[in-house]
Amino acid sequence: MTVNALCDLLDAKVLCGETDKPFLGVYAGDFLSRAMSRVEYDCIWVTIMANVNVVAVATLTEPAAIVLAEDVVLQEDALKAAQENGLTVLSSPLSAYEICVAISQLTEESGE
Amino acid sequence: MSDTVKFHFDVDGSDFSSAGEASVTVKKKLRQLGYPPEVIRRVSIAMYEGEINMVIHANGGTADVEASDDEIVIILSDKGPGIPNVELAMQAGYSTAKDHIRNLGFGAGMGFPNMKKYTDEMRIDTVVGQGTTITMKVRF
Ligand SMILES: Nc1ncnc2c1ncn2[C@@H]1O[C@H](COP(=O)(O)OP(=O)(O)OP(=O)(O)O)[C@@H](O)[C@H]1O
Ligand SMILES: [Mg+2]
Repeated sequence: MTVNALCDLLDAKVLCGETDKPFLGVYAGDFLSRAMSRVEYDCIWVTIMANVNVVAVATLTEPAAIVLAEDVVLQEDALKAAQENGLTVLSSPLSAYEICVAISQLTEESGE
Repeated sequence: MSDTVKFHFDVDGSDFSSAGEASVTVKKKLRQLGYPPEVIRRVSIAMYEGEINMVIHANGGTADVEASDDEIVIILSDKGPGIPNVELAMQAGYSTAKDHIRNLGFGAGMGFPNMKKYTDEMRIDTVVGQGTTITMKVRF
């Protein structure tokens, strides 16, 4: 399953970064010190937080992509930082719950 | 990697937006030096939590990291308010963070539990009214 496939599935805009890469697993949550220990390398991190602190946590944990729910977009300084650190960030109109359900269904269908 | 490599940072306590910069820099350096990903992950988590705590609870401080063959030592030192009850502060979920801090995503009360979980040794020296020094060791 690639991040590219998520863009269609979640009707998501790419705010920055590469999407032609695989991911494995999902973590949804907004508290940074919880995300810090739960966001695994190459997973998808679903959140509604969009500040530079999210970018710092992602730079340290290296998810395949951050997916911002409910049409949230990165604040300007956060977008700049995300680009500098080579992060992939998407923005979807769906809620965090809907995003997780959609990814779960797609994962099951593709037998991953 | 036979020599010890040392890093020193002044952590600005007035700017939440640059918080985490020292940890990000250390992570990138450790990667260049060829440390294993799992070691880098543990150091990143522990140092980030300590660095953020200095920014949001202690108005900044200093961070020193010593990386050698078999361990990485992280020392975070501030002249903040100190911690009156360390046992309480260590509890998962305990936080004194105010609303404007929580709105940024901090204040889950998981910083200290993370630091403890991802390091082999953690020591807190704190004096109320004078400051706090946290020493953490990650061995491998
Ligand atoms: N350097 C420090 N100086 C003074 N008090 C501190 C310091 N570090 C932590 N504390 C106190 O210990 C409490 C617990 O810290 P901890 O990092 O576990 O949680 P938090 O910072 O409140 O939230 P989180 O880390 O989940 O964002 C803090 O709320 C604060 O009261
Ligand atoms: Mg903390």
